[in-house]
Amino acid sequence: MELKPLLVENARLLGGDTGRLLAVDGRIAARDPADVPADAERVDAKGQWLAPGIVDLGVFATDKPAFHFGGITRAALMPDGGHPLDHPGMVERAAKGGKPDLWVHPLAAATKGLAGKELAEIGLMKASGARAVATGRARIADAGVMRRVLVYAASLGLTVIAHAEDEGLTAGAVATDGEMATRLGLASAPAIAEAMAVARDLMLVRETGAPLHFRQITTAAALDLIREAKAKGLPVTCGITPAHLFLSDTAIGDFRTFARLSPPLRSEEDRHACLAAIADGTIDVLASGHDPRGPEDKRLPFAEALPGMAGAETLLAMGLQLVRDGHVTPARLFDLLAANPAKLLGLDAGTLAEGMDADLILIDEGTPWQVDAKKMAAWAGNTPFDGMPVQGRATAVWKGGQRIR
Amino acid sequence: MTSATIRPASDYPPGGDAFRHRHLTGIAQLTPWEISYILDAAEQWVELNRAGAAKHDDALRGLTIINAFFENSTRTLLSFEIAGKRLGADVVNMHAAQSSVKKGETLIDTAMTLNAMRADAIVIRHQSSGAVQLIADKVDCPVLNAGDGRHEHPTQALLDALTIRRRLGRVEGLTIAICGDVLHSRVARSNILALTLLGNEVRVVAPPTLIPPAMERMHVRVFTDMDAGLDGADVVMMLRLQNERMDGAYLPSPREYHALYGLTPQRLAKAKPDAIVMHPGPMNRGVEIDSNVADDPARSTITEQVEMGVAVRMACLDILTRRTRKVPGWN
Repeated sequence: MELKPLLVENARLLGGDTGRLLAVDGRIAARDPADVPADAERVDAKGQWLAPGIVDLGVFATDKPAFHFGGITRAALMPDGGHPLDHPGMVERAAKGGKPDLWVHPLAAATKGLAGKELAEIGLMKASGARAVATGRARIADAGVMRRVLVYAASLGLTVIAHAEDEGLTAGAVATDGEMATRLGLASAPAIAEAMAVARDLMLVRETGAPLHFRQITTAAALDLIREAKAKGLPVTCGITPAHLFLSDTAIGDFRTFARLSPPLRSEEDRHACLAAIADGTIDVLASGHDPRGPEDKRLPFAEALPGMAGAETLLAMGLQLVRDGHVTPARLFDLLAANPAKLLGLDAGTLAEGMDADLILIDEGTPWQVDAKKMAAWAGNTPFDGMPVQGRATAVWKGGQRIR
Repeated sequence: MTSATIRPASDYPPGGDAFRHRHLTGIAQLTPWEISYILDAAEQWVELNRAGAAKHDDALRGLTIINAFFENSTRTLLSFEIAGKRLGADVVNMHAAQSSVKKGETLIDTAMTLNAMRADAIVIRHQSSGAVQLIADKVDCPVLNAGDGRHEHPTQALLDALTIRRRLGRVEGLTIAICGDVLHSRVARSNILALTLLGNEVRVVAPPTLIPPAMERMHVRVFTDMDAGLDGADVVMMLRLQNERMDGAYLPSPREYHALYGLTPQRLAKAKPDAIVMHPGPMNRGVEIDSNVADDPARSTITEQVEMGVAVRMACLDILTRRTRKVPGWN
């Protein structure tokens, strides 16, 4: 089927000034074009926001209905959603898993079987479509292995995406040390487990110069370390999910397993530090951490339930809440959701600049709705935001100039 | 001494308003007067249990009580079984070791199965914190927590409070030292909640490796020095130390633990002269407690705690089944 040019009119570009955007042959051709092809399909946005499709960095499942609902056009798939993505053939298959209406960018397992011991075939996986390297749900415990992963990936032009928790301190823990964990009688670990892991890896980055992205940073101490490292010019970035920006460990009261996450929810002080780091630019990426879990994994005693949240559908609405609360501007929100993760993955996407892939979403930013775990598009409704009133949702989604929703 | 501590019924709200809970999942859900209500109700069962050969009341006749124990237990299971039988109920015990739980059935499925058998009360012990609440949310009958993970063991705290009240004449305004493995102890958590709620000064005395994080947020004073922690205490409550904690991960050895934290007569002398010594059992004699302390009838309440356990559990089973039994005022 021939792809017609697309003209979106009367749209607030990135939530800012009203304008028009033209896409031709699947790419963004011009903002406020002087000439519009006669056969262009015209879409009146009626004042809605037009933004790049969300590039969701670090999901655990290719869950298209949830991604389409959430305005996510590209999903960077973690290497341990299922069987470890540690082989070129598996990467190639995973990359095709989104066709035709979703980009899936597999993240190559850093080590064979994600065991943290031997280097995986990172070069061959890159050739098969891997856009970055990831350590998975845990960090690489052995500093020597981590150092070799960093330099090897850097030589291939790939960023390593790391988990940041010291495995000694967090062994057996399902919550963060604090009054809530103590009252509930849950095994917990001190919040500094994160900063300890960050400190080690920052030393490795300082020594090797290799780029590193921490997928989730959730504590004041770790954010301070990253802020300092960035000021020194180290190639370090970090991300977070809305859970750690909007919830603290009080959410695990009543043993709510939908609030069992990895890393676990933190104290209210750490939550505020995360909001400050979103505002001051220390945090680069806002992602869903989408990890749908059915009742077999969640309807269990808290410590026996698996961690993870279905986050794809609420990512945009929670991001818009950051704008309404004054933590970020709309333009900065789309840097967090699209431009920065796209840059990390080396994609020609994530902004409304000329030449970029025309992955676009229209956003009705004000319409209120209520998160309902029982009515999610995702294949499981394990959201810690169940019942929360939110505002804003994607009303239209284009991938490469093609309307998919 | 005991009758003076029982409040007249007119001190409590009428009927079911005196105890508004469908389940007993933890002390955290209770008010001070609800605790007091249970303790008062237990007193009559103490009398019945001591009344000679015929220790039977048929208040719960025809009711089915299931003791579902997913974690091994001897004394608590026995205590609940006797409590149910003394009240005339049909008591059935389910041991996880013999059940389909071992075959991979989920906890919820097990709960639904028990529910379908139309139990009138289910008593649950489980190794995972929060498991009892999870089941309570899914079944139609009252659920009693007989211990879930490190979370709560409410009937133990109630029987301890009753024991203290009967021995010392009150369970308020006392200084109570809870000593030992607080980190892994549901008995400690329930007792901290109950005893602080009733207006006592509660101290936690433990090696630093066995003190939960943010402990002081539960309104206790924390001591790592046993002598200082016992100084002036009215009640010394010892906790059981699991053998596997003493293999080097949390503590270097049993003998070092005994040297630093064992309750010896010399250490007990730091407490008040008439201080009582409690232990939930089973004891590790010569580790956390010396035999000549444990066996001193003037100080040790250990066998009395076992006796109070039956009475308190009878009170809990009675109170929680009143709505089912359509006791006037309970609907």
